[in-house]
Amino acid sequence: MTRRTLVNALLVLAVVALFAVPLLLDGGTSEYGGTDAAVTEELEAGGHTPWFDPLFSPAGEVESGLFALQAALGAGVLGYVLGLLRGRRQAAEPR
Amino acid sequence: MHIAEGFLPVGHAVGWTIAAAPFVVHGARAVVREVRENPEATLLLGAAGAFTFVLSAIKLPSVTGSSSHPTGTGPGAILFRPPVMALLGTVVLLFQALLLAHGGLTTLGANAFAFAVVGPWVGYGAYRLTRAVGAGLLPAVFAGVALADLATYVTTSVQLALAFPDAGSGLAGALVKFLGVFAVTQIPLAVGEGLLGVLLFRALTGNARPELERLGILTPAPTGSAA
Repeated sequence: MTRRTLVNALLVLAVVALFAVPLLLDGGTSEYGGTDAAVTEELEAGGHTPWFDPLFSPAGEVESGLFALQAALGAGVLGYVLGLLRGRRQAAEPR
Repeated sequence: MHIAEGFLPVGHAVGWTIAAAPFVVHGARAVVREVRENPEATLLLGAAGAFTFVLSAIKLPSVTGSSSHPTGTGPGAILFRPPVMALLGTVVLLFQALLLAHGGLTTLGANAFAFAVVGPWVGYGAYRLTRAVGAGLLPAVFAGVALADLATYVTTSVQLALAFPDAGSGLAGALVKFLGVFAVTQIPLAVGEGLLGVLLFRALTGNARPELERLGILTPAPTGSAA
């Protein structure tokens, strides 16, 4: 394993730990509600009501599917570009 | 950072839209210019857009027991300067407003101002400042990407406080309240996003040196300037 790979692996590990450790320490007591939704609820509790409704509101399951689609599109393009760049460098390297 | 559809008072919704619009139009022109003058940069432009697309779709848990999403606008701002992200970020917000009922059309201006204007500019500023004091590329990327994330949520809190000042404690009280919801939750996310930005730039310095040199991220010296 080269030093470069090792550092990358440690960085990935750090990112995973950053989100996994609080989850584990928490032991399932938190709901992990979204902050955006928390503010919306607070505004509604304060008597504020929206004066315009979303044109299209997907049902819960459809919504999570569309969020996954958004992530998949982004990850797909990102992976394509990084793979292409890596292949280009390797093709250019004298062997 | 998505203020929900219809919640901002009409005056605020219109005001933020008017404030964000010139940045987005200028950003659209910057993207067109970039693609026309540097067709090779299109690949990295796609990567920058893709990065914000992925990260803003993912809700991550935080130490506060609530979850929130990263923004992913930092790398694009560092690579192509902030105007480009004004357009790309707004496209992401439009996608989420129209298809996911997340954010909204009436709050698009305010959300774009936080996510696609202030975040990228603060991130870019932090990146430039960190490099100016002599730090290497990767520490500067970490600072820029993390602060682009955090600044977006601070801006959202300010926008909400302006629209909904607290009955008793006024603007300052409302700001503290909204920052309490957003900012603390966002700190670990900003750190995580900064680390992901570092990973992305490690991949780019390894494989896209010519592009980074042309964009002025790396100096064309043979060795020693990358770190």
